[in-house]
Amino acid sequence: MTEQTQQESNKKLVWRLVGIIGGMFVFAFALIPLYNVFCDITGINGKTRGQALYQDVKIDKKRVVTIEFLTNINRGMPWQFESRVKSMEVHPGELNEVRFYAKNRSKFDIIGQSVPSVSPGEAALYLNKTECFCFDQQRLVAGEEIEMPMKFYIDADLPEDISRLTLSYQLFNVTESVNAATEATK
Amino acid sequence: MSDHHPTGFTRWLYTTNHKDIGSMYLWFSFIMFLIGGAMAMVIRAELYQPGLQFVDPNFFNQMTTMHGLIMVFGAVMPSMVGLANWLIPMMIGAPDMALPRMNNWSFWILPFAFTLLLSSLFMEGGAPNFGWTFYAPLSTTFGPPSTDFFILGVHMMGISSIMGAINVIVTVFNMRAPGMTLMKMPLFVWTWLITAFLLIMVMPVLAGTVTMMLTDRHFGTSFFDAAGGGDPVMFQHIFWFFGHPEVYIMILPAFGVVSEIIPTFSRKKLFGYSSMVYATASIALLSFIVWAHHMFAVGMPVAGELFFMIATMLIAVPTGVKVFNWVATMWQGALTFETPMLFSIAFVILFTIGGFSGVMLAMAPVDFQYHDTYFVVAHFHYVLFPGAIFGTTAAVYYWLPKWAGKMYNETAGKIHFWLSMIFVNLTFFPMHFSGLAGMPRRIPDYNMMFADFNMWASIGAFGLGLTQVYFLVIVLLTLKNGKTAEQKQWEGASGLEWDAMPSPAPYHTFSTPPKID
Amino acid sequence: MAIRRKLIAGIASLLSIVLSGVVQAATDMNMRPGVTETSNAAYDLHMMVIWVMVAISVVVFGAMIYSFIFHRKSKNYKPATFHHSTKVEMIWTAIPIIILIYLTIPAVKLLIKMEDASNSEMSIQVTGSQWKWHYKYLEHDVEFFSELDRSLTITDENYLLEVDNALVVPVETKVRFLVTASDVIHSWWVPDLAVKKDAIPGFINETWTAIPADQAGKTFRGQCTELCGKDHGFMPVVVKVLSKEDFKAWVAQKDQERLAAEKAAAEAAAQSWDMDKLMAMGKEVYDSKCAQCHQASGLGIPPAFPALKGSPIALGPVDAHINIVVNGKSGTGMAAYGPQLTDAELAAVITYERNAWENNTGDKVQPADIQAFKAGN
Repeated sequence: MTEQTQQESNKKLVWRLVGIIGGMFVFAFALIPLYNVFCDITGINGKTRGQALYQDVKIDKKRVVTIEFLTNINRGMPWQFESRVKSMEVHPGELNEVRFYAKNRSKFDIIGQSVPSVSPGEAALYLNKTECFCFDQQRLVAGEEIEMPMKFYIDADLPEDISRLTLSYQLFNVTESVNAATEATK
Repeated sequence: MSDHHPTGFTRWLYTTNHKDIGSMYLWFSFIMFLIGGAMAMVIRAELYQPGLQFVDPNFFNQMTTMHGLIMVFGAVMPSMVGLANWLIPMMIGAPDMALPRMNNWSFWILPFAFTLLLSSLFMEGGAPNFGWTFYAPLSTTFGPPSTDFFILGVHMMGISSIMGAINVIVTVFNMRAPGMTLMKMPLFVWTWLITAFLLIMVMPVLAGTVTMMLTDRHFGTSFFDAAGGGDPVMFQHIFWFFGHPEVYIMILPAFGVVSEIIPTFSRKKLFGYSSMVYATASIALLSFIVWAHHMFAVGMPVAGELFFMIATMLIAVPTGVKVFNWVATMWQGALTFETPMLFSIAFVILFTIGGFSGVMLAMAPVDFQYHDTYFVVAHFHYVLFPGAIFGTTAAVYYWLPKWAGKMYNETAGKIHFWLSMIFVNLTFFPMHFSGLAGMPRRIPDYNMMFADFNMWASIGAFGLGLTQVYFLVIVLLTLKNGKTAEQKQWEGASGLEWDAMPSPAPYHTFSTPPKID
Repeated sequence: MAIRRKLIAGIASLLSIVLSGVVQAATDMNMRPGVTETSNAAYDLHMMVIWVMVAISVVVFGAMIYSFIFHRKSKNYKPATFHHSTKVEMIWTAIPIIILIYLTIPAVKLLIKMEDASNSEMSIQVTGSQWKWHYKYLEHDVEFFSELDRSLTITDENYLLEVDNALVVPVETKVRFLVTASDVIHSWWVPDLAVKKDAIPGFINETWTAIPADQAGKTFRGQCTELCGKDHGFMPVVVKVLSKEDFKAWVAQKDQERLAAEKAAAEAAAQSWDMDKLMAMGKEVYDSKCAQCHQASGLGIPPAFPALKGSPIALGPVDAHINIVVNGKSGTGMAAYGPQLTDAELAAVITYERNAWENNTGDKVQPADIQAFKAGN
């Protein structure tokens, strides 16, 4: 191989490798949506899905499933936050409503965001919410209290071995980050 | 073709010579090895007995973090790149690396990257203290201010490794002497070629991870923050997608080294050359689908745990093939036990022990008991110290006569070996026991029931540390007044570096390609 | 005869001492079998792998040592020339696969069992935070924090493995743990139960245990196993096992305690405390809860743990100060102490922080102030 062709072929190979490297860098970021899609299909991390529609749902009157509600308040969140009932017994397919109570006990306006998590993780696939406060952020002025509805039904295809599921909400104080974001867009 | 080269500091600063750059890499990695080792001494001194004697818990965490980062990215990886620089062109009959200027650049990034990283020790809030695995949110929301310097440092060493890997691939593909077909290449070149591919596949993923950390910390994204819809477990998935192949990046070149040395001192060809190549490639491929075995406790669904458990256990098969092949190479050879051979034999035995604990850790239901205990610490130190570091040490003893033209003192080498062998086991074997007894890793203080194991480990560690200083003395004495080495210092050696050039290897070799039959 | 019998007895007892010593040493070095069905199964699997590994070692290292001894150049051994054998290579690819299958089968069975938390009879929510655990019994009105007992010294048997309030569980009950965290990732581990689960902020994980009846009265200890910051090594897990009746009594007692605490809080809020009383109690609370990070000197370890001496919070408006102590600060190690301390303790410690280390604001915070703050009025 002459010096010339050697240089050329080195260059070509280097660019190919740089292509792989660039691709892998992008792949690292692509892993996030990929992982989310993967979780959505398999329910691996217990994240619930977005808003569902309640139509043509099969109701299984014979089966009873217990659903428990947990509420956790993250640090730096001066709210009271609890579910009105601790647990419910429901039939798969039935549309149920549970109400959550929140009160801003501080002297400041606070924006809250609840993050749901279901255990066992795979049950998240069968928990459909038609209405949930967790789809939005809540802004409560000092001392304000609200009651927030959450409507859901459990898919009748819920695996037989699951007779109880736990839905946990962790409430975060996102005031600072929301304000920072609005500042930035101004 | 002359042996003329520039002198003084600019020789090293501007050099594009693969031998100079290889030497710089090796010296740099040794300095980092001593710095990381000094941090290990701080850790072991604190753990010598229960109670907090020397450092506070926060500084202890900085030490474990920096020890890990420095050893992985500063000592082991650059030492392997150093060996690649020295040996690959000589082994495949090339005059130099394919991209010599990039080679210079990829080395000179490193001192800056590590100065940056080490300077964080003196910053307000101290150095990174979240472990070398820097799990979010401990490293994002809760990280000290120096985390940003850590991120920049990781980016720099990542770029350095990637450039080194590109160079190796291009050199191996385009610079082989006529007749040097791929399946004729020495196994060291093969293992490095595969390592280089692993590097260009996963280092960008690491770069992506730390970039996401940076934007999470400063630009309002929530990749790893549950409050913004992110997921901290996601971090672990991405990190270990890089992290597991990284493990093989550190060990595969050492496999190559040992596969050169054992045949030499067995006076017999390497057994199963092609199966060695295939085994190395399958280890590399499997390394991409086993990452989550580091995360059995995060609450994955059973199906996921089963998949990662079985895939991980499969790695034992090609690894076993390699070990059996080394044993078969020695079988009915005519063995002699010079220092490089002793280190290689210790490599095979102790790496196998590390492999055994690896299989144990792969079994998810029992891993719940081992996970994040000292058992894990014992496991990965068994594959890294007697693995990667013994491999590099063996390589230095084996090729030093070729590199420097001087022969080390065999007795001194053997003393170094036996002290290392005794102390490495004294340090790391008791860690299996403290782990099984229930001692979590990364804790600065512990209950009395772990005291004996920790005392032994600390004594071993001090001995092991001093022994490596002795290694430095041996190398310096060899360079100063070692006996002149022969062209083919080892009776059973084969390969271009022994057959086609004198010792020391001239500054420029293979300006005209050698003839390969 | 008598002498011989004595001799034999002596030797036998000596032997048994030595043997039990060896066995003891071997047990100390090995994994504990634990007390539950799953922990025993995990231990059995662990031993099975070890023996398989020992067997492989004997073969592989045996072959190596054989060649070290007999195939040395110094014995004028002439090297063989073989370097390849497809048949042999096939065999030693196949054998490990068979061994792995042999190991995988029991592992798969056990794993599926361990991950099945269904049909539990009781649920406890376990929340990790820097650096303590919080337990909440979902079926009972019981919840409490569990923190390292720092009064123990190195010589104590349970140094670093003792807490102020241990988790209490009944025997013969399938107890489900719902594990989560409120700041960084922690990991909840009790070796004797073979239960280890990561506590991840924002997510909930489940695991379970069922402890046999003969373990009533025993206590099991573990530690946090995921690096969670400065005091990662100082957040033990302690589980106390009670018989079913004792557990019921314990729950009843906890109910009593809660009522008594509520009453005490109401009484405390009704009275006005003087400075000396607040400062004395405040110092006590500060030294046990705050000094780990903010230091007894009030100088903290900036920037992670800011100084309180001369700090804008301690010298600024009282409400903001109460807010940060009661609710914590997100994204930092500052936990919410509202649920953990009584109103009187909170009032005292805030008063202490505002007046110690030459802060001298002269502010007195009363339990009633805390009560009002918590009510949002």
